[in-house]
Amino acid sequence: MSRQSNRGTESKKMNSELFTLTYGALVTQLCKDYENDEDVNKQLDKMGYNIGVRLIEDFLARSNVGRCHDFRETADVIAKVAFKMYLGITPSITNWSPAGDEFSLILENNPLVDFVELPDNHSSLIYSNLLCGVLRGALEMVQMAVDVKFTQDTLKGDSVTEIRMRFIRRIEDNLPAGEE
Amino acid sequence: MTVHNLYIFDRNGVCLHYSEWNRKKQASISKEEEYKLMYGMLFSIRSFVSKMSPVDMKDGFLSFQTSKYKLHYYETPTGLKIVMNTDLGVNNMRETLHQIYSSIFVEYVVKNPLCSLNQPIQSELFHAKLDSFIRGLPFFSARAG
Repeated sequence: MSRQSNRGTESKKMNSELFTLTYGALVTQLCKDYENDEDVNKQLDKMGYNIGVRLIEDFLARSNVGRCHDFRETADVIAKVAFKMYLGITPSITNWSPAGDEFSLILENNPLVDFVELPDNHSSLIYSNLLCGVLRGALEMVQMAVDVKFTQDTLKGDSVTEIRMRFIRRIEDNLPAGEE
Repeated sequence: MTVHNLYIFDRNGVCLHYSEWNRKKQASISKEEEYKLMYGMLFSIRSFVSKMSPVDMKDGFLSFQTSKYKLHYYETPTGLKIVMNTDLGVNNMRETLHQIYSSIFVEYVVKNPLCSLNQPIQSELFHAKLDSFIRGLPFFSARAG
């Protein structure tokens, strides 16, 4: 709107339709390039991972969030700070496993799918699978190995979109090889 | 007051960047060896500090000083390490080191898709921005050159 508003990097806002439509074009192209949906899902996850690996640095630089001490704190930061910052939504956190190593992010409205209707011949396509890769890549960079997958999707007739996150292990840092 | 030199290490101990401004005494070993030595020491200090601390720490290792210089250390949750040596007159550098991370490293390395994140930084733009940022610091002595 106003030209002055994009002075600082933190207040830079972009029309989210451009992002949504660009993402749609990417998925469309991948569906043309690959024979089956499984391969498309895999590519989306891989691209997301590569984005996440870099996005985490931007996130940490901008938010000044320190290291998280448990998975609950991580969940809070992801839902309330990161999703808010990059997608403008705040998913709710539910379904904690008793051990506290698994939870779900419930997205009421997924901004990636604003204009999408999934045709019948793409029933196994996980349209927003890029997000899983992003989450996995970003968390890997802060020493957390996690498993991320969609368990419900409004595109497939579910009432909400659910991303399930499972903590696998903490990645220890080692001295580089060949050190005396 | 003066800034001597600056190292940036990635999480695996690769020295991504080194630059110096006012270093009167060079180490008697090759640069490669110097980086390894520096990283090894930092790695040990980190684990030393976390084991020896009698209370839970928030930030961990921040700096040390000798009779002649002070080493400032900043580490991001992703394991990027920024190390800067200055003379003893320089106080807390946390803000400054965070700024190097957020407004120079992230802007000109992370956001440049052609810059690989785990090998020494080649970008001229990054080098230029970093250099002018350091030279602009209030405690960077003009005569140090």
